[in-house]
Amino acid sequence: MLAELSVSLWRGASEGRYETYTVPQRASQTVLDVVTFVQRHLDPTLTYRFSCRVGVCGSCAMTVNGRPRWTCRTHVSKVARGGRIEIGPLQNLPVIKDLVTDMALFFEKWQQAKGVFAPSRTRHDAIAQIRPDSPARIAADAAIECINCGVCHAACDTVRWNPAYFGPAPLNRAWTLVNDERDGGNAARLQAIAGSGGCHACHSHQSCQELCPQALNPTAAIAGLKRRTAAAYLKGEITA
Amino acid sequence: MNVRLYVWQRLTAALMAPLVVVHIAVIFYATHQGMTAADILARTRGSMMWASYYGIFVAAAAVHASIGVRNVLTEWSPLDDRRAGQFAIGLGLALAVLGLRAVAAVVLS
Repeated sequence: MLAELSVSLWRGASEGRYETYTVPQRASQTVLDVVTFVQRHLDPTLTYRFSCRVGVCGSCAMTVNGRPRWTCRTHVSKVARGGRIEIGPLQNLPVIKDLVTDMALFFEKWQQAKGVFAPSRTRHDAIAQIRPDSPARIAADAAIECINCGVCHAACDTVRWNPAYFGPAPLNRAWTLVNDERDGGNAARLQAIAGSGGCHACHSHQSCQELCPQALNPTAAIAGLKRRTAAAYLKGEITA
Repeated sequence: MNVRLYVWQRLTAALMAPLVVVHIAVIFYATHQGMTAADILARTRGSMMWASYYGIFVAAAAVHASIGVRNVLTEWSPLDDRRAGQFAIGLGLALAVLGLRAVAAVVLS
């Protein structure tokens, strides 16, 4: 193992440059550890975002050697090439400063895709009984563990090409709700995701499922939405 | 692409899949039999079957291709949705006219 790492970090906003720092290499060191070392010991003006450090909160995603990754669970030993590592902000999102992107657009797309639970009952009704082995619940469970990190959004070619496209994460969330028996918002949801920014814009490149740190498969969720919206359209339940 | 275009593109793709297979089989048959253009035209002239077969094929291809090109233009060119749609309609009509002229040439001539 090399004693030192050569670390290139993006400095600036949309205009900027990579600056190189030398960081001591350690066992079980994560990419987030490296960024933290630079900020604590070499340059306190470095801006980055993190919270839990254990792969739960989804706030520390960055571009590592060209690929979006959750940095707190990405070991340097897995991604460093010849003792070098390049760390930048997530792609497909505006850069605020250094390694921090503006996630507002990402979450606005969740709203546009109706990726929000629409209650069909009140607190006065009995609690819904959901069978864990029902096909709808199995489909929802397969997609439910998203941590909103934005890795899929940064990895997606269609997001890059089509500014109207909602992206993998909002559509993946919509798929969990389409399969949630308690949800009452599917008519509006299917209508929203049948438009030009919705599921039919997806090219099924599968970068989202390749890079999702939670090993989810948004491409499969989007394929499900394509089938569901096409059926709803042919039945006249939604319009184009 | 919205759901209407998606459904049209998938339906035309499903329609064309067997048509392409038969089309290629016919090409192999004709070349293996050593058929001349005159031999082929003798079989296609006045044939409602071949006119319908390739007429449907041309219509499906025109719809399918124009939707695909529209999608490419909206993602890869500066054209907005409306302009890309207009271009795609023009392309679809051009493909349909050219294709149907070719069908007419082998069936009616």
